[in-house]
Amino acid sequence: MGRHEFLESVAVADCAVEIEGDDLDDLFATAARALAEVMVDPATVPATVERSLELTAPSLDLLLYDWLSELIYVKDSEQLVFPGVEVHVTDGSPSRLTARLAGGPIDRATTALRADAKAVTFHQFALEPRERGWRARVVIDI
Amino acid sequence: MKTLPVGDCVWEIPPSEKPGMLVPARIYASEALLARMDEGVFEQVTNVACLPGIVRAALCMPDGHWGYGFPIGGVAAFRADTGVISPGGIGFDINCGMRVLRTSLTEAEVRPKLAELVDALFAAVPSGVGSKGLVRLSGDEFDEVMREGARWCVRRGYGWPEDLDATEGGGCLPGADPDQVSQRAVTRGRDQLGTLGSGNHYLEIQVVPPGGIHDPRVAKVFGIEQPGQILIMLHCGSRGFGHQIGTDYLRRFDQVMHGYGIVVRDRELACAPFSSPEGRAYFGAMLAAANSAFANRQLITHRVREVMGRVFGRDPRDLGLGVIYDVCHNTAKLERHAVDGEPLELVVHRKGATRAFGPGAPDVPAAYREVGQPVIIGGSMETGSALLVGTAHAMTETFGSTAHGAGRTMSRAKAKRLVWGETLIKQMGERGIVVRAASKSGVAEEAGFAYKDLGEVVDVVDRLDISRRVVSLTPIGNIKG
Repeated sequence: MGRHEFLESVAVADCAVEIEGDDLDDLFATAARALAEVMVDPATVPATVERSLELTAPSLDLLLYDWLSELIYVKDSEQLVFPGVEVHVTDGSPSRLTARLAGGPIDRATTALRADAKAVTFHQFALEPRERGWRARVVIDI
Repeated sequence: MKTLPVGDCVWEIPPSEKPGMLVPARIYASEALLARMDEGVFEQVTNVACLPGIVRAALCMPDGHWGYGFPIGGVAAFRADTGVISPGGIGFDINCGMRVLRTSLTEAEVRPKLAELVDALFAAVPSGVGSKGLVRLSGDEFDEVMREGARWCVRRGYGWPEDLDATEGGGCLPGADPDQVSQRAVTRGRDQLGTLGSGNHYLEIQVVPPGGIHDPRVAKVFGIEQPGQILIMLHCGSRGFGHQIGTDYLRRFDQVMHGYGIVVRDRELACAPFSSPEGRAYFGAMLAAANSAFANRQLITHRVREVMGRVFGRDPRDLGLGVIYDVCHNTAKLERHAVDGEPLELVVHRKGATRAFGPGAPDVPAAYREVGQPVIIGGSMETGSALLVGTAHAMTETFGSTAHGAGRTMSRAKAKRLVWGETLIKQMGERGIVVRAASKSGVAEEAGFAYKDLGEVVDVVDRLDISRRVVSLTPIGNIKG
C-alpha cells in the first residue's frame, strides 16, 4: 500500500510531496490520491462519476507528469476530482497508463475545498526504483 | 555558497561559486532578511545565472524565497537575439498581478456595512477550487480576449475606458498569438474569467491607517488624500488558462532544449532560444495568457463596482472607484535597457517581482509620468500591503524591477499545523478584519506568521531606491479562495 508525505522544508509557497509505492501501479495511484487531498477533503466527494483514462508518454517520469497534469486539467475543465483510482502502468516505449477513476463534481455546498492546484512542476521532480517498490517527489504549484 | 556584500543591502554570489555561472547572482536584502532566506533561493538564483544569454546578473528581490525554477522574487534579463525564454522564469500563473482601486469612502462609512459588503463581494466574485467565472464565451470571443485583454472587457461594458490607462501595457500586450495556444488551455480556462483562484490570491478592503501616508505628494497623484480612506486591492492571475499554457510549454521545452544544446541545472528551467520557433510560440501564447489575466482582473473590478454601488446605494463613479494601477508580477517582456552602456533588446523575466519603472519611462501612464509607475506590494492577509512608486535608479539597477510581496518563510503544511482556519478567522474578526473564504484550511496556510515582515521588505527596496514607499495599507475585509 502506497504512502505519501507532504514536505515542510521544500518550496515553501507550493506543495512538495514524496510518494512511495509497492510498485508502479501503486505509486501512480498514491500520487493521484495525494493530489486529490491537496485540492479537497476526499471524504467530502462521494463517488458519483466513473471514467476510464489512457495515457502514453516517452518515459515513465513523463507519464507521471502527464497523469497528474491530466487530473489537474479535469479539475478546472469539468470541475471534477477523483480520489478513487485504480491504475495500471507499463514501462516501455512509450510507457503506458490505463486508469479507472471514481470521484465526483466539486460541489461548493458539500465539498471541503483546499488549494487550487495550478500545475505539476519539474522542480526536484523524480521517479526512481527502490530496493522494494518505487519513490517519487513532486512539487505542485499552488 | 560564498555571498559577498557589495553595497548597502546588496549581496553577490560570484560566478566561481558554481560551474556554468555566466554572470554573478545578486541578492537584494538586509542582513536580517538574507539570514532568513531559505537555501533554495541561493541554489535557484545561481542556477538562473547559468542560463544562456543572461546579462549583467541574476537578481533576487528582498521578498525572495524558494520557488520552482527561478526563486520567487527572481528577475533575469536575456538578450533577445542570443538568449532564452523559460516558463520557469515566469511561473504557471502567467501575469499573476495586483490591482488597486481608490474610493472616496472612509473607514467610518464602511465599517457599519463591512460584513454585508464582504458577504456580497464573496458571493459576486467566485473563488476557490472548481469555481466558474462571470461570463460565458464562445471560442471566437475567447480569441478576442487573448488578443485584447482588458480592452475586450471595456468594449463589452465591463469597465471604464480610463481603467485601461491605469493598467500596465494598457491591459493589452501586443503579440499575443492564439494560434500557439492549445485547445486544452482554452477548454480549461475559458469559463474561469472573473474568478479569484485560491492560495495567496485575495480581494481585500483596505484602509489607509494613521501615519500611513509616507509621501503625500505622490499619494495625492495616486488619488489618496488622507488616513481612513478605503481602497480595494485584488491579487490574481490567468487562472487555468495560463496554468495550462505553462504546463504545455514546459513539457515541450523539456523535450526540445537538448536539440539546441541547452543543459539546465533544474529541469523546471527548461527553456528555448527566444528567437527559435518554440521560443516565439511560447512568447505568443504567454502574452495571450497575460491578456486573459488583465481581463480577469478587469471583470472582477466590474463586479466590485456593481456590489459596492448596491451596498452603498450610490453610483460607482460617485464612490470614486477608479483604478489606481494594475501591475503584473509574473511575466517576460521585451524591453530595452542599457547594459554596459549599450542599449539592448532584452527578454526581462520577472517571477514574483514587480515592474517599477521610474518617472518618464516608457509605458508609464500620463497621469504618473512625472512621479513614476505605481508599484503594488501585497502583504499577508493579516498584516497589510503597500503602495510604492518606481524610480530612475530601478531602471539601471534592476531592469526596472522591485519586490512583489512579503515573501513566505513557512510551508503551507506547517502553517496548517500551527493554526486552524476557523480559529484564525475568529482572531482576525476580533481585530476588526472580516474574512470570508471558500477554504478554511486555505486561510490557515496564509496566516501572517507564514510570511516575512512586509515592513522589512519595503524598507530595503526604499533604501535601495529601486522603488519608494508611498502609502501603507491595512486590511479590514478579506475574500479568499
